[in-house]
Amino acid sequence: MNAWRRYWVAFSTLVIKEVLRFSRIWVQTILPPAITTTLYFIIFGNLIGERIGPMDGYGYKEFIVPGLILMAVIANSYANTVSSFFQAKYQRHIEELLISPVPDWIILAGYVVGGVARGLAVGAVVTGVSLFFADVGVVHPWLTLLVVVLTSVLFALGGLINAVFARNFDDISVIPTFVLTPLTYLGGVFYSIDMLPHFWQRVSLANPVLYMINAFRYGILGVSDIELGVALALILGFIGVLGAAALWLLRKGVGIKS
Amino acid sequence: MTTAVRLEALRKTYANGTEALKGIDLEVEAGDFFALLGPNGAGKSTAIGILASLVRKSSGRVEVFGHDLDRDPQAVKRRIGLVPQEFNFNQWEPVEEIVVNQAGYYGIPRRDAYRKARRVLKELDLWSRRRAQARSLSGGMKRRLMIARALVHEPPLMILDEPTAGVDIEIRRSMWAFMQEINRAGTTIILTTHYLEEAENLCRSIAIIDEGRIVENSTMQQLLHRLHRQSFLLTLRRPLETAPAGAPARLAWRDPYTLEATLEQEQTLNSLFRWLDEQGIEVLSMRNKQNRLEQFFMDRVKRRREQAA
Repeated sequence: MNAWRRYWVAFSTLVIKEVLRFSRIWVQTILPPAITTTLYFIIFGNLIGERIGPMDGYGYKEFIVPGLILMAVIANSYANTVSSFFQAKYQRHIEELLISPVPDWIILAGYVVGGVARGLAVGAVVTGVSLFFADVGVVHPWLTLLVVVLTSVLFALGGLINAVFARNFDDISVIPTFVLTPLTYLGGVFYSIDMLPHFWQRVSLANPVLYMINAFRYGILGVSDIELGVALALILGFIGVLGAAALWLLRKGVGIKS
Repeated sequence: MTTAVRLEALRKTYANGTEALKGIDLEVEAGDFFALLGPNGAGKSTAIGILASLVRKSSGRVEVFGHDLDRDPQAVKRRIGLVPQEFNFNQWEPVEEIVVNQAGYYGIPRRDAYRKARRVLKELDLWSRRRAQARSLSGGMKRRLMIARALVHEPPLMILDEPTAGVDIEIRRSMWAFMQEINRAGTTIILTTHYLEEAENLCRSIAIIDEGRIVENSTMQQLLHRLHRQSFLLTLRRPLETAPAGAPARLAWRDPYTLEATLEQEQTLNSLFRWLDEQGIEVLSMRNKQNRLEQFFMDRVKRRREQAA
């Protein structure tokens, strides 16, 4: 059997393992975002949204759909790799991979695809819930798919790097709580930055999540606060940097080899 | 004879400055059943960790079946099956999945992986628990699961790091039989254990590592032949109040029915028994006071520590 065939088998094994892992605990992984999204629609969409009025030419319920979907994708892609990789370190079953003839880039790819799979699965569930409350179509389907996959890859990489450095369970919740959640909520999920004073508009532009949410919103609704090319370049740039960093960390065995 | 493992000038210094290996050289022949012994903290696990790619060496060379670890780590990894000291599988995964996934990491397609997993799980008497989560297994079953996982890709070299620690004697004996069987089938085995009786019964070659250095490396037979003295406990038919004087070996009274005989290398049991016969002392049974390898090990490590002091 040639090396590429072996690598493919190893990669698919890792992906299957990751998918089975989050599927087995679907009550913890898939269900909560569906409930949270329902609550967002009931509170922001129905109760508050009707008083806010249209935004960028769409009703408020329709406007928040892309942000809510991507918010769930971001959180779950990150959560999957950070928790899975950290557990593998903590229970030491990462050693199963370290002693096997699996190159570092396959390990990285396997975990990232696992994270993307959970991100997309949750994204699909949230989309289903959204369609129950809001009537939205997809203006640019391929672009929408591209943005959601790239964003998911980016945050899966971030989760893996977090897990590499994490020494205890607190360390895997610090970034999601104190960095990801504020960036996502302030990334234009619930509002257009046009509504903000000029100063805060400039500040918002330093938030990378704003670019992703707007690119995704452009894919679904055809409206965006950000130029699409800039958003895509930024996402790809981050993927390049985080991907190289994650690979270097695995190669050096940081946090996993003595 | 093919060399399964060759370590040359292998050194490891950890980040905290601990020098775990101070330039060890070691060769293990293909097909051998090799014991790597040493006190706690001697460097055994570090050496095994380097072989299995879990620990990065500081310097030196590692070769497995002629493949250099630095130049071709994948070839080295493909040839090794590791049974580590501590349980290192996902406790929440079903038994069969753990073994199948491990096969997958070695490039074995899923259908073949299930077939191979079935074979090793049956061999290790775990087939009926294949759907159970690993955490629900008993300690002995978990040990056997780790052996099954290490065997699924049929490696020519198995490294067993204290595989029978904490298992009862019945399971230990069945694991010994299994290890002997796979060794007879051609698998090279490197075993570390604190049960020296286990090493003496199973292994043909031995290395003792102490404070990061190999202090002994020979065949088990040669090593035991060099044992300076042996102690035996003799069970007597009739009680004695004291140890009789004038024996051709040192005799010590342990209780009215037990004498401890210590023989130096040049003394024989024949002369002792002749003498006991002349004294009218009947011996019902005899056993080694200490396992022979254990005695050698203790003497060797003690001697080295004295030299170092």
